[in-house]
Amino acid sequence: MPSSIQLTESGRLKHFLTVSGLDKILLTEILDTADSFIEVGQRNIKKVPLLRGKTVVNLFFEASTRTRSTFELAAKRLSADVLNINIDTSAASKGESLSDMLRNLEAMASDMFVVRHSQSGAAHFIAESVTPGVAIVNAGDGWHAHPTQAMLDMLTIRQNKGAFEGLKVAIIGDILHSRVARSQIRALNTLGVEAVRVIAPNTLLPRHVESLGVTVFNDLASGLRDIDVVIMLRLQKERMHGALLPSEHEYYQLYGLTREKLRFAKPDAIVMHPGPINRGVEIESEVADGSQSVILDQVTNGIAIRMAVMSMAMSGQTELKNALAESAL
Amino acid sequence: MHDSKTVEALLSSMAQELGNYLEHNDIREYELVGIRTGGVWVGNAIKRLLGSQQPIGELDISFYRDDFTRIGLNPRVLPSSLPFASEGKHLILFDDVMMSGRTVRAAMNELFDYGRPASITLVVLVDILRRELPIHPDIVGANLSLKSNERIKLTGPDSLSLEIQKTDP
Repeated sequence: MPSSIQLTESGRLKHFLTVSGLDKILLTEILDTADSFIEVGQRNIKKVPLLRGKTVVNLFFEASTRTRSTFELAAKRLSADVLNINIDTSAASKGESLSDMLRNLEAMASDMFVVRHSQSGAAHFIAESVTPGVAIVNAGDGWHAHPTQAMLDMLTIRQNKGAFEGLKVAIIGDILHSRVARSQIRALNTLGVEAVRVIAPNTLLPRHVESLGVTVFNDLASGLRDIDVVIMLRLQKERMHGALLPSEHEYYQLYGLTREKLRFAKPDAIVMHPGPINRGVEIESEVADGSQSVILDQVTNGIAIRMAVMSMAMSGQTELKNALAESAL
Repeated sequence: MHDSKTVEALLSSMAQELGNYLEHNDIREYELVGIRTGGVWVGNAIKRLLGSQQPIGELDISFYRDDFTRIGLNPRVLPSSLPFASEGKHLILFDDVMMSGRTVRAAMNELFDYGRPASITLVVLVDILRRELPIHPDIVGANLSLKSNERIKLTGPDSLSLEIQKTDP
């Protein structure tokens, strides 16, 4: 199970693949560590020597701007050396297999792979086959998980709301294709919010979504009532095959977050979006840029969260290496 | 020597000495920084004795330790906070117990990431003379030598006292 593959025997993080199987204590440790890195991001010299001499490889099999650049900044602020590999333009197109590519990167003494892939389970597969001592961080795999995004959202919620207890959170939109939503739902429930709701047409909901620990609503008016945190999702047009939506226009009429519809939620509700946002498709510009929006805080927090999981995973690998060295004596 | 009265006596002689030191070195304006947690307690105590009202900075050196590759990250790291601009300032750095000198080295590395101070004066409550780096305090409360299975710990923050703990061999 993922929980054991990403933890050391003493329960510390050694890979970060999914929030499933991680307990409240560990998720809180990630948030607390990230809080300290936020302070580092506010200094003149936004850099600490923690991962000095380590090599981090950003292995992106799928396009990304925000996630890749915040991972890159996070690694650089930890003083690591960073190599960015976009697979579209690399040897994959020359027919090199994934495991050959990994062996080659390991031969360059890499210490961490940050992996983004369109296949669910890709990061997990790499974590299973990688040499001990190399940490894997999942930067999004297929429809499965995007754990650093979920954790930066948790950090943003905690910053704005103080605690998770008693909060009602609504996730709106394309839940079906969203790895972000899956990770968010797990993290929110582990951290102990009062309720998680999903609001979407049935065609954009996975089957048996209730089993994840959510209540389903098909309309914004009732779904947003008493809500503290509104999380919008992007319509993932690139993943939509077949007629899941009548039209973008009708979707916006029903599920687009406008100023008017935001009034159904609590007056101090915050509005979040993992980006990139489609203005006028899932969210009105005035809401995205409005006073309740914390969308840009999410981006800033993304750097701190990534610094936290990278240093924690590297720390777990260190523990592992020490244990191996000891048993060899 | 380890009850709270003795710590108080050490602190007041340190404050006296620090006052003289600052005067001798013509340092009239300065900022205070403590290394978390014990150094902050020591700093606050001496600040009171100096009659100073200024806020004290707090350093958590977890991100600057030189043994990360051996022991990993401290799971309970807190944000450092310097409630002043340190660039060009005379800084007074406090720690409770100094031993190898590695903590002070890490603290100085961190301080320099906030800016280039004019000077750093190092004040420690107890110096265990087991130095591994050429770093020495300017003001010391007491020198102490410990057996290899002994550790010294400052407890506080209300009433500071020192206790020697024996670790299992």
